[in-house]
Amino acid sequence: MKTDRYKEKTFRIVSNRRLAVKTWEMVLEGDTSDLTRPGQFVNIKIEGKFLRRPISVCDWSEGRLLLLYDVVGDGTEEMSRMEPGKRLNILSGLGNGFNMEASGERPLLVGGGIGVAPLLGLARRLREEGKKPLAVLGFNTADDIVMKTMLEAHGIETIVSTADGSEGVKGFVTDAILGGNLAYDYFYACGPLPMLRALCEKLDGPGELSLDERMACGFGICMCCVLETKSGPKGICKAGPVFPKDELIWK
Amino acid sequence: MEIKDCERLRTSVCGVELRTPLIPASGCFGFGYGMEAYYDLDILGAIAIKGTTLHPRLGNPLPRVAECYSGMINSVGLQNPGIHKVISEEIPKLRKVFHNPIVANISGFSIDEYVETCRLVSPVEQVEIIELNVSCPNVHGGGMSFGTCPESVAEVVKEVKKVIDKPLVVKLTPNVTDIVSIARAAEDAGADGLCLINTLLGMRVNLRTRRPVIANTMGGFSGPAVFPVAVRMVYQVSNAVKIPVIGCGGVSTADDVIEMMMAGASAVEVGTANLIDPYACKDIIDALPAAMDKYKIEKLTDIIGTV
Repeated sequence: MKTDRYKEKTFRIVSNRRLAVKTWEMVLEGDTSDLTRPGQFVNIKIEGKFLRRPISVCDWSEGRLLLLYDVVGDGTEEMSRMEPGKRLNILSGLGNGFNMEASGERPLLVGGGIGVAPLLGLARRLREEGKKPLAVLGFNTADDIVMKTMLEAHGIETIVSTADGSEGVKGFVTDAILGGNLAYDYFYACGPLPMLRALCEKLDGPGELSLDERMACGFGICMCCVLETKSGPKGICKAGPVFPKDELIWK
Repeated sequence: MEIKDCERLRTSVCGVELRTPLIPASGCFGFGYGMEAYYDLDILGAIAIKGTTLHPRLGNPLPRVAECYSGMINSVGLQNPGIHKVISEEIPKLRKVFHNPIVANISGFSIDEYVETCRLVSPVEQVEIIELNVSCPNVHGGGMSFGTCPESVAEVVKEVKKVIDKPLVVKLTPNVTDIVSIARAAEDAGADGLCLINTLLGMRVNLRTRRPVIANTMGGFSGPAVFPVAVRMVYQVSNAVKIPVIGCGGVSTADDVIEMMMAGASAVEVGTANLIDPYACKDIIDALPAAMDKYKIEKLTDIIGTV
């Protein structure tokens, strides 16, 4: 018997507010049953746009969805103008998400820029399982900082780095991790490619990384976001967006 | 009665019976398997699998996709694991979840490559139509370069026909000055059917970076915006040839299917709509009987080329 699993669903915007210079937070109500793991994403239909916009899930609970997004183009700019009460057509539960079973007792969660978004849902669930996650968040400058207070509200130890030194550790997330001699069993990371590459090159031990790419379908059929991995070409949208460190090829 | 057993929706192409006129277009449905998570694939008349070449191809650099008004541009570049792996791994996976005809979409970079790839795929069980892709705009020296002149279309069709025993449908590019002359050349060379249109060559520029949005600069434009172009070409070509035509290009609704068939299509491929909604083909098929009632259509085969 086929169900309506993964069928487009209607969500209603509860709130939509600016958190930082280019970062917004949108809270929605709707059927979140397609989401199974932190690190998955949703693909949102936006009036006047043809392609859906893939946005990482920051956190969710039954009937409630939390998104963080940067305004980076016309689609996200349109999202930032949306008012509470507006209904959105969303494909939910896309992508593989993070593998929480690999975390160990002391997982390190690393986010750069808007890549911090999926770490909240991950950190909260790891903590519920009795793990002791440590988060390191990297930004360009103090005005860009988001997520720190959200994580701390859930009792997650959080370290911030800024490239210009305006808050926290001066430099990149790798400076905060290596300079601080942080101990961890496993790492999870999401952020810009140069950051992910630096983490793979400089961090010891196993980990997994969430990638970001322009997509069309978001569910694995168009091959517009295919990445060459050590086990062959993989669609970032379906086989990913999270890949084990050892699977990635850095050219 | 289940929709897949609805007599009113039946049609055929080149002697191949289709339960419904809908065929997910090549490149817009992967190799088909995986999509059974959404709905019973056997409601689909056939599935056109991802364009396949003799050798594996990694495709073009990313980004491969650009937003357009009522459509999109893609430049995937025929990424595929090569015909050997498609036959040994991909098609067997599809056969487990899909029991209607498979359309093998074949592309190449030389006549020899087209011939060899078609020869290999022709005996494969459940592959009932070979769709010759002479229209991919995203590769250099292959694909579309064969489909833009009548002589080269005729030559590749003639050579491929010698080595296959399945119907050959030639998928044509709209990026030509005279689609009818290309269509006639394919028919005269022995093509059993035609499919049109593939994507229109397009381009977008990112105003912030002042660079092309697509890494490969240009790509194939598809989506509802190209539907009128497709209807026009299906109409022109179906009036000029005797072989059946599969209509393709921007089809997104049951009304579009009916329009395409009235213009001359015996069946209809649905491409880009699948990328916006994984249930697109199912929703269109489910909506067909009511749309047919609305326009007083008893059977779909009654309206083919009646405009």
